Amino acid sequence: MSNEGSIAGSLFVHFAMLSMMAIGGGVITLAPDMHRFVVDANHWITDENFIAAFTIAQVSPGPNFLFATLVGLQAAGWLGAIATTVAIIVPPAALTVVTLRASVRSGGSALGRRIKSALAPVSVGMILATAWSLARVADNSWGGAVLTAVTVVVLMTRKLNPLWLIAGGALVGMAGWV
Amino acid sequence: MPRQVLPPDVPAAAAAAPAALLPSQLFMLFTQTAILGFGGVLPWAYLFLVERRKVLSKLEFSELLAFAQILPGPTICNLAVIVGHRNAGLVGAMTALAGMIAAPLVIVTTLGVAYRHFGDLAPVKHALAGMSAVAAGLVVAMALKMARELPRLWKNVIFAGLMFAGVGLMRWPLLAVIGVLAPLAFISFGKWTRR
Repeated sequence: MSNEGSIAGSLFVHFAMLSMMAIGGGVITLAPDMHRFVVDANHWITDENFIAAFTIAQVSPGPNFLFATLVGLQAAGWLGAIATTVAIIVPPAALTVVTLRASVRSGGSALGRRIKSALAPVSVGMILATAWSLARVADNSWGGAVLTAVTVVVLMTRKLNPLWLIAGGALVGMAGWV
Repeated sequence: MPRQVLPPDVPAAAAAAPAALLPSQLFMLFTQTAILGFGGVLPWAYLFLVERRKVLSKLEFSELLAFAQILPGPTICNLAVIVGHRNAGLVGAMTALAGMIAAPLVIVTTLGVAYRHFGDLAPVKHALAGMSAVAAGLVVAMALKMARELPRLWKNVIFAGLMFAGVGLMRWPLLAVIGVLAPLAFISFGKWTRR
């Protein structure tokens, strides 16, 4: 078997399991574990490749989770892209359909409330970890760290389309300040 | 009917389909929504589904969104599956999902292939470094906002903190950390929410 084939297989299995862990905060909360798996544990791609995949998906239209497709593309070519995309999309979609068809009413809204309250801090922890791990990878210079900090302050204090900030980041980067 | 419907119950709106859309219409609707969704599809989903096409009422939208959020996986895809299913059954679910994904997938892979070819050029590398620092900032801001909305409870601080430490600082596998913390959180919220 080709090397790309076996990498794509491992990606599929790992990402399919991860897809079912994306609760509350969405698929980007899976970024730390995807990074751990493809960069730290297996060395299929570099830090730079990983954060580039994330950034390209952010500036593209459509669901943000497509960064997983790019991670797969870089790790194992087209097979990898297909493997990660299918792995992220299909298991949760199947579960959604099954839930709709079965009309599961698992014990009424007390249980629903309890699951929701219990998952809230878990998903906040996941998104905090995501923020931490992306900033750690993206900010390997003082310029980068300053740019991240400025972005945070701007977004916390005013309503602005993030795409303008990303465009600004591209200019600052090209000027050689990052 | 006044019984408050909360996840994981399937909302009533998931079943009722007043003006059914055909699978092809669902595909087009979600394609439109997705390709306009720069930096987040959700606002566009609201605009198209509720305001323009009146496929859902405001209330139905928020009910179905809450349901889509509690299910694992990409929220926006779950929403597409639910709306598709409600209008045209299994085929509708599949075409709505396909519409949500197909066009963005082509765009993003095109950019990805371009990155593979040109990613090593200095201007591209530098621009991406700047854009990545901003993209990281977007996630940091989103994380802070989510943390701010969490009810001020000790157990929330503890579980969010442990999750952050395990996955972010220690870089332990997510499945293991969730596998331990989620059941503990579920147990800890047992008495508190019971009516």
